[in-house]
Amino acid sequence: MSELGKEGGTKQTAGEGAGPARGVVVGHGGMATGLVDAVRRIAGVDEDVLVPLSNEGKGPDALCEELARIMGAYRVVVFTDMQAGSCAMAARVVCGGRLGQGLVAESRAVVCGVNLAMLLDFVFNRELPFDRLVPRLVEHGRAAVTGHMPHVDSAISG
Amino acid sequence: MSILLFRVDERLIHGQVVIGWGSQLCPDRYVVIDDELATSAWEQELYRLAVCNGAEVSFYNVEDARARLQEWREAGSRIMLLTRDLDSMLRLARARVLEGESVNLGGIHHAEGRTRVRSYLYLNEEDRARVRALEKEGAKVSGRDLPSSLKVGLDDLLEE
Repeated sequence: MSELGKEGGTKQTAGEGAGPARGVVVGHGGMATGLVDAVRRIAGVDEDVLVPLSNEGKGPDALCEELARIMGAYRVVVFTDMQAGSCAMAARVVCGGRLGQGLVAESRAVVCGVNLAMLLDFVFNRELPFDRLVPRLVEHGRAAVTGHMPHVDSAISG
Repeated sequence: MSILLFRVDERLIHGQVVIGWGSQLCPDRYVVIDDELATSAWEQELYRLAVCNGAEVSFYNVEDARARLQEWREAGSRIMLLTRDLDSMLRLARARVLEGESVNLGGIHHAEGRTRVRSYLYLNEEDRARVRALEKEGAKVSGRDLPSSLKVGLDDLLEE
Protein backbone atom coordinates (compact mmCIF):
# COMPACT_ATOMS: atom_id res chain seq x y z
CA MET A 1 0.00 0.00 0.00
CA SER A 2 1.22 3.47 -0.76
CA GLU A 3 0.18 6.66 0.96
CA LEU A 4 1.24 10.13 -0.10
CA GLY A 5 2.33 11.69 3.18
CA LYS A 6 1.57 15.28 4.13
CA GLU A 7 5.30 15.85 4.44
CA GLY A 8 5.94 15.31 0.76
CA GLY A 9 7.00 11.69 0.52
CA THR A 10 5.49 8.26 0.22
CA LYS A 11 5.30 6.00 3.24
CA GLN A 12 6.71 2.65 2.32
CA THR A 13 5.87 -0.86 3.39
CA ALA A 14 7.07 -4.22 2.16
CA GLY A 15 6.10 -5.13 -1.38
CA GLU A 16 5.28 -1.59 -2.39
CA GLY A 17 6.08 0.01 -5.73
CA ALA A 18 7.64 3.40 -6.40
CA GLY A 19 6.04 6.63 -5.17
CA PRO A 20 7.25 10.21 -4.74
CA ALA A 21 10.43 10.16 -2.69
CA ARG A 22 11.52 12.63 -0.06
CA GLY A 23 15.03 14.04 -0.35
CA VAL A 24 17.27 14.74 2.62
CA VAL A 25 20.44 16.78 2.04
CA VAL A 26 23.13 16.22 4.66
CA GLY A 27 26.19 18.42 4.66
CA HIS A 28 28.89 20.20 6.59
CA GLY A 29 28.12 23.62 8.06
CA GLY A 30 25.38 25.52 6.23
CA MET A 31 25.79 23.80 2.85
CA ALA A 32 22.59 21.74 3.00
CA THR A 33 20.45 24.68 4.05
CA GLY A 34 21.85 26.82 1.25
CA LEU A 35 21.34 24.18 -1.43
CA VAL A 36 17.79 23.41 -0.34
CA ASP A 37 16.97 27.12 -0.18
CA ALA A 38 18.26 27.49 -3.74
CA VAL A 39 16.12 24.58 -4.98
CA ARG A 40 13.02 26.02 -3.34
CA ARG A 41 13.65 29.42 -4.91
CA ILE A 42 14.17 27.92 -8.37
CA ALA A 43 11.63 25.11 -8.42
CA GLY A 44 9.09 26.31 -5.87
CA VAL A 45 8.61 22.92 -4.24
CA ASP A 46 7.02 22.36 -0.82
CA GLU A 47 9.48 22.56 2.01
CA ASP A 48 9.13 18.92 3.03
CA VAL A 49 10.00 17.52 -0.40
CA LEU A 50 13.62 18.33 0.33
CA VAL A 51 14.89 18.66 3.90
CA PRO A 52 18.34 20.01 4.91
CA LEU A 53 20.40 18.60 7.76
CA SER A 54 23.74 19.93 9.02
CA ASN A 55 26.28 17.86 10.92
CA GLU A 56 27.31 20.96 12.87
CA GLY A 57 27.77 20.16 16.55
CA LYS A 58 26.46 16.62 16.20
CA GLY A 59 28.34 13.47 17.08
CA PRO A 60 27.84 10.33 14.98
CA ASP A 61 24.93 8.99 17.04
CA ALA A 62 23.13 12.32 17.20
CA LEU A 63 23.48 12.78 13.44
CA CYS A 64 22.17 9.27 12.73
CA GLU A 65 19.23 9.76 15.06
CA GLU A 66 18.27 13.09 13.51
CA LEU A 67 18.56 11.67 10.01
CA ALA A 68 16.47 8.63 10.91
CA ARG A 69 13.84 10.92 12.42
CA ILE A 70 13.61 13.01 9.25
CA MET A 71 13.53 9.92 7.03
CA GLY A 72 10.78 8.30 9.07
CA ALA A 73 8.99 5.64 7.08
CA TYR A 74 9.26 7.53 3.82
CA ARG A 75 10.87 6.52 0.59
CA VAL A 76 14.02 8.62 0.77
CA VAL A 77 17.08 9.61 -1.20
CA VAL A 78 19.80 10.96 1.10
CA PHE A 79 22.16 13.38 -0.62
CA THR A 80 25.53 14.04 1.01
CA ASP A 81 28.15 16.66 0.24
CA MET A 82 31.09 14.29 -0.08
CA GLN A 83 31.81 10.59 -0.15
CA ALA A 84 34.33 10.78 2.70
CA GLY A 85 32.77 12.29 5.74
CA SER A 86 30.53 11.99 8.74
CA CYS A 87 27.48 12.92 6.66
CA ALA A 88 27.99 10.08 4.19
CA MET A 89 28.80 7.73 7.03
CA ALA A 90 25.55 8.58 8.82
CA ALA A 91 23.60 8.19 5.58
CA ARG A 92 25.07 4.75 4.93
CA VAL A 93 24.50 3.61 8.50
CA VAL A 94 20.87 4.73 8.61
CA CYS A 95 20.05 3.54 5.09
CA GLY A 96 21.85 0.29 5.78
CA GLY A 97 19.28 -0.49 8.38
CA ARG A 98 21.11 -0.03 11.68
CA LEU A 99 18.49 2.47 12.82
CA GLY A 100 15.84 1.64 10.28
CA GLN A 101 14.99 -1.92 11.07
CA GLY A 102 11.68 -3.03 9.63
CA LEU A 103 11.87 -0.61 6.73
CA VAL A 104 12.22 -1.70 3.13
CA ALA A 105 15.83 -1.61 1.96
CA GLU A 106 14.74 -0.67 -1.56
CA SER A 107 13.14 2.50 -0.20
CA ARG A 108 16.50 4.05 0.70
CA ALA A 109 19.30 5.38 -1.47
CA VAL A 110 22.42 7.46 -0.83
CA VAL A 111 23.94 9.80 -3.42
CA CYS A 112 27.24 11.48 -2.57
CA GLY A 113 28.67 14.66 -4.10
CA VAL A 114 25.38 16.55 -4.30
CA ASN A 115 25.02 19.68 -6.40
CA LEU A 116 22.20 22.00 -7.39
CA ALA A 117 21.56 20.45 -10.79
CA MET A 118 21.18 17.03 -9.22
CA LEU A 119 18.66 18.29 -6.67
CA LEU A 120 16.62 20.10 -9.30
CA ASP A 121 16.44 16.91 -11.32
CA PHE A 122 15.39 15.03 -8.20
CA VAL A 123 12.43 17.25 -7.34
CA PHE A 124 11.00 16.84 -10.84
CA ASN A 125 11.59 13.09 -11.10
CA ARG A 126 11.15 11.76 -7.59
CA GLU A 127 8.38 9.38 -8.60
CA LEU A 128 10.79 7.23 -10.62
CA PRO A 129 11.84 3.87 -9.14
CA PHE A 130 15.27 4.09 -7.55
CA ASP A 131 16.94 1.82 -10.10
CA ARG A 132 16.17 4.52 -12.68
CA LEU A 133 16.25 7.60 -10.47
CA VAL A 134 19.62 7.14 -8.77
CA PRO A 135 21.72 6.58 -11.94
CA ARG A 136 19.91 9.54 -13.49
CA LEU A 137 20.78 11.80 -10.53
CA VAL A 138 24.43 10.81 -10.65
CA GLU A 139 24.54 11.44 -14.40
CA HIS A 140 22.85 14.85 -14.15
CA GLY A 141 25.03 15.94 -11.27
CA ARG A 142 28.18 14.93 -13.11
CA ALA A 143 27.10 16.53 -16.38
CA ALA A 144 26.47 19.86 -14.64
CA VAL A 145 30.12 20.23 -13.69
CA THR A 146 32.02 22.08 -16.39
CA GLY A 147 35.18 24.14 -16.60
CA HIS A 148 36.05 26.97 -18.95
CA MET A 149 39.39 28.53 -19.73
CA PRO A 150 39.54 31.64 -21.98
CA HIS A 151 42.48 30.30 -24.00
CA VAL A 152 40.87 26.92 -24.72
CA ASP A 153 37.97 26.59 -27.15
CA SER A 154 36.07 23.68 -25.64
CA ALA A 155 34.69 23.40 -22.14
CA ILE A 156 35.82 20.68 -19.77
CA SER A 157 32.81 18.65 -18.76
CA GLY A 158 32.14 16.12 -16.01
CA MET B 1 58.18 8.98 12.58
CA SER B 2 55.69 6.50 11.17
CA ILE B 3 52.73 7.23 13.45
CA LEU B 4 51.96 10.78 12.40
CA LEU B 5 48.99 11.47 14.62
CA PHE B 6 47.26 9.94 17.63
CA ARG B 7 43.71 11.31 17.55
CA VAL B 8 40.54 10.89 19.58
CA ASP B 9 37.51 11.62 17.42
CA GLU B 10 34.02 10.17 17.76
CA ARG B 11 33.61 10.28 14.00
CA LEU B 12 36.89 8.41 13.38
CA ILE B 13 37.44 8.65 9.60
CA HIS B 14 35.62 11.70 8.22
CA GLY B 15 36.16 14.92 6.30
CA GLN B 16 38.38 16.72 8.80
CA VAL B 17 40.58 13.67 9.16
CA VAL B 18 40.82 12.67 5.49
CA ILE B 19 40.87 16.16 3.97
CA GLY B 20 41.96 18.52 6.76
CA TRP B 21 44.70 16.44 8.37
CA GLY B 22 45.19 14.10 5.44
CA SER B 23 46.26 16.89 3.08
CA GLN B 24 48.89 18.02 5.60
CA LEU B 25 50.20 14.67 6.82
CA CYS B 26 49.61 12.53 3.72
CA PRO B 27 49.03 9.24 5.56
CA ASP B 28 48.99 6.03 3.57
CA ARG B 29 47.33 4.10 6.36
CA TYR B 30 44.58 4.76 8.90
CA VAL B 31 44.64 2.49 11.94
CA VAL B 32 41.39 2.49 13.92
CA ILE B 33 41.60 1.18 17.48
CA ASP B 34 38.20 0.15 18.74
CA ASP B 35 37.13 -3.08 20.44
CA GLU B 36 33.63 -3.03 18.92
CA LEU B 37 34.59 -2.06 15.37
CA ALA B 38 37.35 -4.67 15.33
CA THR B 39 34.65 -7.35 15.26
CA SER B 40 32.20 -5.68 12.87
CA ALA B 41 33.03 -6.33 9.22
CA TRP B 42 30.10 -4.35 7.80
CA GLU B 43 30.94 -1.24 9.84
CA GLN B 44 34.58 -1.53 8.82
CA GLU B 45 33.45 -1.49 5.20
CA LEU B 46 31.53 1.73 5.80
CA TYR B 47 34.66 3.43 7.10
CA ARG B 48 36.73 2.14 4.19
CA LEU B 49 34.27 3.80 1.82
CA ALA B 50 35.08 7.12 3.49
CA VAL B 51 38.71 7.01 2.36
CA CYS B 52 39.02 8.08 -1.25
CA ASN B 53 42.79 8.47 -1.68
CA GLY B 54 43.72 4.81 -1.78
CA ALA B 55 45.04 4.71 1.77
CA GLU B 56 44.76 1.45 3.68
CA VAL B 57 42.34 1.23 6.60
CA SER B 58 42.76 -1.38 9.31
CA PHE B 59 40.97 -2.10 12.58
CA TYR B 60 42.29 -3.53 15.84
CA ASN B 61 41.08 -3.95 19.37
CA VAL B 62 43.09 -2.17 22.06
CA GLU B 63 44.95 -5.27 23.18
CA ASP B 64 46.12 -6.19 19.68
CA ALA B 65 47.04 -2.58 19.00
CA ARG B 66 49.27 -2.42 22.07
CA ALA B 67 51.09 -5.48 20.81
CA ARG B 68 51.63 -3.92 17.39
CA LEU B 69 52.49 -0.38 18.39
CA GLN B 70 56.23 -0.77 18.13
CA GLU B 71 55.90 -2.55 14.79
CA TRP B 72 53.87 0.39 13.46
CA ARG B 73 56.41 2.89 14.77
CA GLU B 74 59.17 1.12 12.90
CA ALA B 75 57.18 0.55 9.72
CA GLY B 76 57.81 2.55 6.59
CA SER B 77 54.18 3.57 6.22
CA ARG B 78 52.71 6.88 7.36
CA ILE B 79 50.05 6.04 9.90
CA MET B 80 47.21 8.04 11.39
CA LEU B 81 45.98 6.28 14.54
CA LEU B 82 42.41 6.93 15.63
CA THR B 83 40.20 6.05 18.58
CA ARG B 84 36.64 7.25 19.03
CA ASP B 85 36.85 7.75 22.77
CA LEU B 86 39.29 8.68 25.49
CA ASP B 87 38.93 5.34 27.21
CA SER B 88 40.38 3.43 24.25
CA MET B 89 43.30 5.89 23.94
CA LEU B 90 43.99 5.63 27.66
CA ARG B 91 43.97 1.82 27.60
CA LEU B 92 46.32 1.99 24.63
CA ALA B 93 48.63 4.31 26.58
CA ARG B 94 48.89 2.17 29.74
CA ALA B 95 52.38 1.23 30.93
CA ARG B 96 53.63 4.47 29.37
CA VAL B 97 53.74 3.09 25.84
CA LEU B 98 52.72 6.54 24.53
CA GLU B 99 55.32 8.40 26.57
CA GLY B 100 56.35 11.57 24.79
CA GLU B 101 53.65 11.23 22.13
CA SER B 102 51.15 13.99 21.40
CA VAL B 103 47.52 12.94 21.66
CA ASN B 104 45.10 15.09 19.70
CA LEU B 105 41.50 15.50 20.87
CA GLY B 106 39.66 16.28 17.67
CA GLY B 107 36.00 15.53 18.21
CA ILE B 108 34.03 14.71 21.34
CA HIS B 109 30.57 16.09 20.98
CA HIS B 110 27.92 17.35 23.35
CA ALA B 111 26.16 14.85 25.56
CA GLU B 112 24.36 14.99 28.88
CA GLY B 113 26.77 16.12 31.60
CA ARG B 114 29.49 17.32 29.24
CA THR B 115 30.56 20.97 29.21
CA ARG B 116 31.90 22.91 26.25
CA VAL B 117 35.63 23.36 25.82
CA ARG B 118 35.42 24.22 22.12
CA SER B 119 32.68 23.74 19.53
CA TYR B 120 34.11 20.32 18.66
CA LEU B 121 35.07 19.34 22.19
CA TYR B 122 32.82 18.68 25.20
CA LEU B 123 34.13 16.94 28.30
CA ASN B 124 32.66 15.63 31.54
CA GLU B 125 34.48 14.80 34.76
CA GLU B 126 35.25 11.24 33.64
CA ASP B 127 36.72 12.57 30.39
CA ARG B 128 38.90 15.02 32.31
CA ALA B 129 40.07 12.23 34.62
CA ARG B 130 41.11 10.26 31.52
CA VAL B 131 42.98 13.30 30.17
CA ARG B 132 44.85 13.54 33.48
CA ALA B 133 45.57 9.81 33.36
CA LEU B 134 46.92 10.10 29.82
CA GLU B 135 49.27 12.85 30.99
CA LYS B 136 50.37 10.63 33.89
CA GLU B 137 51.18 7.94 31.34
CA GLY B 138 53.52 10.41 29.67
CA ALA B 139 51.36 11.51 26.72
CA LYS B 140 50.90 15.19 25.89
CA VAL B 141 47.22 15.88 25.39
CA SER B 142 45.80 18.86 23.53
CA GLY B 143 42.71 19.77 21.57
CA ARG B 144 42.68 20.77 17.89
CA ASP B 145 40.10 19.94 15.25
CA LEU B 146 42.15 20.98 12.22
CA PRO B 147 45.84 21.68 11.58
CA SER B 148 45.01 25.36 10.99
CA SER B 149 43.23 25.74 14.35
CA LEU B 150 44.81 26.96 17.56
CA LYS B 151 45.86 24.20 19.90
CA VAL B 152 43.86 23.91 23.13
CA GLY B 153 46.24 23.34 26.01
CA LEU B 154 45.90 21.12 29.03
CA ASP B 155 44.76 23.93 31.36
CA ASP B 156 41.82 24.72 29.08
CA LEU B 157 40.93 21.05 28.75
CA LEU B 158 40.84 20.56 32.51
CA GLU B 159 39.04 23.78 33.37
CA GLU B 160 35.42 23.06 34.37
